[in-house]
Amino acid sequence: MTQLICKNLCLGYEGKTIVKNINFSVNSGDYICIVGENGSGKSTLVKTLLRLIPPLKGKIVFKDGFGKGEIGYLPQQTLIQRDFPASVKEIVWSGCLNHSRFRPFYTKEEKALAQFNLERMGIAHLKNTCYRELSGGQQQRVLLARALCAAGKVLFLDEPVTGLDPKAVQEMYDIIKKLNDEGLTIIMISHDVHSALKYASHILHISDNAFFGTTSEYLKSEMGKLYDLQTQKTQTELKTAGENK
Amino acid sequence: MIEAIQTLAMYFSFPFVRYAMICGVLIALCSSLLGVTLVLKRFSFIGDGLSHVAFGALSVATVLKLSNNMSLILPVTIICAILLLRSGQNAKIKGDAAIALISVSALALGYLLVSAFSVSANISGDVCSTLFGSTSILTLTKIDVWLCVILSIIVIAIFILFYHKIFTVTFDENFARATGIKANNYNLLIAVIIAVVIVLAMNLVGSLLISALIIFPALSSMRIFKNFKAVIIFSAVLSVFCAISGILASILIETPVGSTIVAADLTAFIICSIIAKLSKSN
Repeated sequence: MTQLICKNLCLGYEGKTIVKNINFSVNSGDYICIVGENGSGKSTLVKTLLRLIPPLKGKIVFKDGFGKGEIGYLPQQTLIQRDFPASVKEIVWSGCLNHSRFRPFYTKEEKALAQFNLERMGIAHLKNTCYRELSGGQQQRVLLARALCAAGKVLFLDEPVTGLDPKAVQEMYDIIKKLNDEGLTIIMISHDVHSALKYASHILHISDNAFFGTTSEYLKSEMGKLYDLQTQKTQTELKTAGENK
Repeated sequence: MIEAIQTLAMYFSFPFVRYAMICGVLIALCSSLLGVTLVLKRFSFIGDGLSHVAFGALSVATVLKLSNNMSLILPVTIICAILLLRSGQNAKIKGDAAIALISVSALALGYLLVSAFSVSANISGDVCSTLFGSTSILTLTKIDVWLCVILSIIVIAIFILFYHKIFTVTFDENFARATGIKANNYNLLIAVIIAVVIVLAMNLVGSLLISALIIFPALSSMRIFKNFKAVIIFSAVLSVFCAISGILASILIETPVGSTIVAADLTAFIICSIIAKLSKSN
C-alpha cells in the first residue's frame, strides 16, 4: 500500500534551493535509507516530510500513516539533552503528547503505551533512572521508545547511530530491523552506507542527480558502483596494511 | 532570640512589611518555576538582559512623567523577550550576543535619559535604588500587591496547565514540532511570562540581581534531583524559603532586601553543591 508519493520535489530555505527533482514513493513496510553528502539536503527532506517546512516546488501526497500526529521521529541528540535532569519515564511519556491537545495530564492508556514501548526496547528496568546517567546506546533507546509512542505506522530516524560504540550500533540496527519486521515503515537518514545497503530495502541517494530504487538496483547504478569501488579500495588498503605489519 | 522575634513582630505590624513579604514569596515562586526551563534552554542570561530593558523603559517613563510606569515597562519588556526568544537558532546575531547587545544598550540609554532630563535632585540615588531594588519593595501600595498576586496566579496556572508541553519543548524542540506541538507558540508563551515575572521582580531585588532569582534555585535543585518534576518542585520550595529567610534577615540585620535574598540563594546553592558532591562520593 502506498503511504507517500513525492513528485518533482524542490527543497530549500527562504527561496534558496538545496535539492531539485526528487521523485520517490513509500510503501508500507519499506525500509528506506536516505544517503548523500553533508549539506546535500537530507535533513531538509526529512523536515519537509515532517511538515516543518513547505516544499519550494513539486507535490507531496500524504496517505495512510502520514497524518498529523501519526509520525514517530527520532531526531539527532542536542547539546541541551546531555545534562537534562529528567527521568526516562518522563521522556517516554512525552511521546504521547500528540494525542492530548489541551489535557494537562496523561491518561492510563498513554502510560500503558509508554510502558509497552519501554519493554519493547528492553529498558523497562531503567524507567526511573536519570536520562543523563545512561550510556549513549541506552539514551537512543529511550528516544526511540518515545518516538514509538507517537508513531502509528511510520518511523523517521535521523542518523540514529552517530556517536555510538560499535556494539551499541549493532544493537540499534537490530532493533530497527525488528521494528521493520513488525510492520513499521522505516525512513532513515544515514552516513553509514555500508549498513544502509545491508539492511534497507530501498535507497534514496540525494545529490544533483538523485537516485531512488531498491538496494540491488542501487548497487548496479553509477553511484552505487562508485561506492562499491570505494569499499573494495578500502578493503584492499586494509589488507595490504595488515600484510605490511 | 526573643528580642529578634519581638523586632520582627514590631515590623510585621506595618502593612508595607507584610506587602513586601507577600510579593517577595510570589515573585520567588514564579521566577523559580520558569528558571528551570530557561537554564536548560541555555537562556540563563535572559533575566539579566530583560531586566535592563525594564530599567531603560522605566527611565523613559520617568522622563515622560507617565502616571503609571507599568503601562510602558510591561509591553516594552514583553516585546524584547519575544524578539530574543523567538530569534533562536536562525538569527543573524546569536542568542547570547543578542541578549548582551539589548541589555547594555537599554542600560546605557536609560541612564543617559535619566541624567539628561533629571526630575529629581538625587539622580544617583534613584538609579541605585532601581538597579539594586534597595527600597522599592518597601514602598509597595495595595494596588501593587493585588497586581502582583493576580499576575502570579496567572503565571502559576499557565505553568501547571502546560507543564508537559513546556517539558517537551524544553527537552526536544524538534521532536515536539514533528509531533504537531506548536513549539513556537510555547516559546512565545514562555517569553511573555518571563517578561511579566521580571517586571514584577524589579521591585523586589532590582534590575541587576534578577538573574539570581531565576537561575539559583534551578541550579541548586538540578544538583540534587534527577527527574524534572522533582527539580521543579524543589526549586520552587527552595526559592520561596530563600526569599522568606532573606527578607527576615534583612529586617533583623538591616541590610538591603534584594542583596540579602540573593545571598540566601547563593548559600543554598553552595549547600546543595556540597550535598551533591557527598552523595556522589558515597
